[in-house]
Amino acid sequence: MKSNRATQEPRWVRYALLATGLGFLFLFLGLPLVAVFAEALAQGIPLYLEALREPDTRSAIWLTVLIALVVLPFNIVFGVSAAWAIAKFDFKGKSLLITLIDLPFAVSPVVAGLIFILLFGAQGFFGNWLSSHEIKIIFAVPGMILATLFITFPFIARELIPLMQAQGKEEEEAAVSLGASGWQMFWRVTLPNIKWGLLYGVILSNARAMGEFGAVSVVSGHIRGETNTLPLHVEILYNEYNAIGAFAAASILALLALVTLVAKTTVEWRMKKETEMLDSVLAPEKT
Amino acid sequence: MPAKSHRVLPGFGLALGYTLVYLSLLILLPLGGMILKTAELGFGQIMDIALGERSLAAFRVTFGASLLAAMINAFFGLIVAWILVRYSFPGKRFIDALVDLPFALPTAVAGITLATLYAGNGWLGRWIEPLGFKVAYTPWGIVVALTFVTLPFVVRTLQPVIEDIETEVEEAAASLGASRWQTFARVVFPALFPALLTGFALAFARAIGEFGSVIFIAGNIPLVSEILPLLIISKLEQYDVLGATALATVMLAISFVLLLSINLLQWWTANRHRNREPLEAAAGKAAAGLQ
Repeated sequence: MKSNRATQEPRWVRYALLATGLGFLFLFLGLPLVAVFAEALAQGIPLYLEALREPDTRSAIWLTVLIALVVLPFNIVFGVSAAWAIAKFDFKGKSLLITLIDLPFAVSPVVAGLIFILLFGAQGFFGNWLSSHEIKIIFAVPGMILATLFITFPFIARELIPLMQAQGKEEEEAAVSLGASGWQMFWRVTLPNIKWGLLYGVILSNARAMGEFGAVSVVSGHIRGETNTLPLHVEILYNEYNAIGAFAAASILALLALVTLVAKTTVEWRMKKETEMLDSVLAPEKT
Repeated sequence: MPAKSHRVLPGFGLALGYTLVYLSLLILLPLGGMILKTAELGFGQIMDIALGERSLAAFRVTFGASLLAAMINAFFGLIVAWILVRYSFPGKRFIDALVDLPFALPTAVAGITLATLYAGNGWLGRWIEPLGFKVAYTPWGIVVALTFVTLPFVVRTLQPVIEDIETEVEEAAASLGASRWQTFARVVFPALFPALLTGFALAFARAIGEFGSVIFIAGNIPLVSEILPLLIISKLEQYDVLGATALATVMLAISFVLLLSINLLQWWTANRHRNREPLEAAAGKAAAGLQ
């Protein structure tokens, strides 16, 4: 009884903390989540489905998926190579490099869009050259891809660097000294070791790529059916007072967010289980 | 023997080379371009733009609302992290997973939903507005949106630290005669403080740059509820590229300073984490405070 009292708050404090914390979460997370779907279905399911069938909404969905499909492979290759160099080797300027990888987390999305306008816009550094070759980057899909790349590239690297650092390099060194080639080592030792961390990073970076608003908004030009992603389409419909259309499109993105949370939680659970298994195999006498 | 025989693992040159080229093209070239563009203006002109009436008001709104939102999250985030680690209640795992919703939900969706909730005829607005308190389309709306967007930071930085606190230390403090409140204030809280500050700083840094969730609920009235990122966009739309760039450079400089302080804070947190002595010493201090 005594030891219990020592590390626990009095009963009324516990209830007060639970009520405050859960009340806060309900007000700021629960209510908005319910409201998205309630607003989307406010006029009934037929009107909701009709709103989703609208051609502009459909093309916005496809563009959102297309951008994510282009961006993700770049992020995977960058994330794995940056983490390989940083986690397995020592070199000068390593912490500067890590800070540089963190930079997009601190830069406003609007600034992330602006920097590409300064490079490729009509009055930008490469503006003249681009227009004389009839290449359009700003107010077109390539600019939107660039802005999304800028915003999302750190996610996978940030996930893999601590993971690969914790795993050390003994296993890879063993593989190489037994005669494995670089690729054999990567596919058979490194990749199986980092697969959950990699998947975790892919999930996070996909969610951000599909949901990005500010950076993409600056470079998109908002041409319906051409340079409108789903988040931008939500804005257009909302500003036209088309609440059903806006929330129908928003409900797809909210579903994506829920799928992201479920996938993320599952991967976290798998990672935890695997480390626990590894710990019990490596140090059975400790437990 | 080759000169670099100490590197057993392959691929260092390729991996680092690719990383550096990629970062240079995607990050350094565009940011360098922006700084070059800003350099077309003199320092005095940049200051004139940054200290203009509308810019100053935008700075005030952006920093004020971000600070308030980060403070709200520091307070409630501490409570949420505490109950998620220490208490058990039905649906805990579900609620724990839900905390990350603001990271997963696109900001535009958050923006239109919060604006609808807090508008005069919304689920919350219809109860709040008769009390004479307007949230939607006022600076308070910005605080609400920023609180939502930055909610996970404090909770997620505190959770592992609370998990790591050994209850033995709290028991020691209690057995030496400290009340539960004294134990919390002098043993637990000092151990949590660096992480709390890190979470606060992360939330603040994210809030300053936030755009999508804010513009729907803010009302966007110049001098009153116009945030800095929106001012940059409206300058851009008026073809005032230099003005937009100058403001963006000032924002970038602030972000960089914040990023550096966050890295320092995290280093501090990690250090405190490694040395367990201060925590045990604190248990004695809490008891000593009784006499």
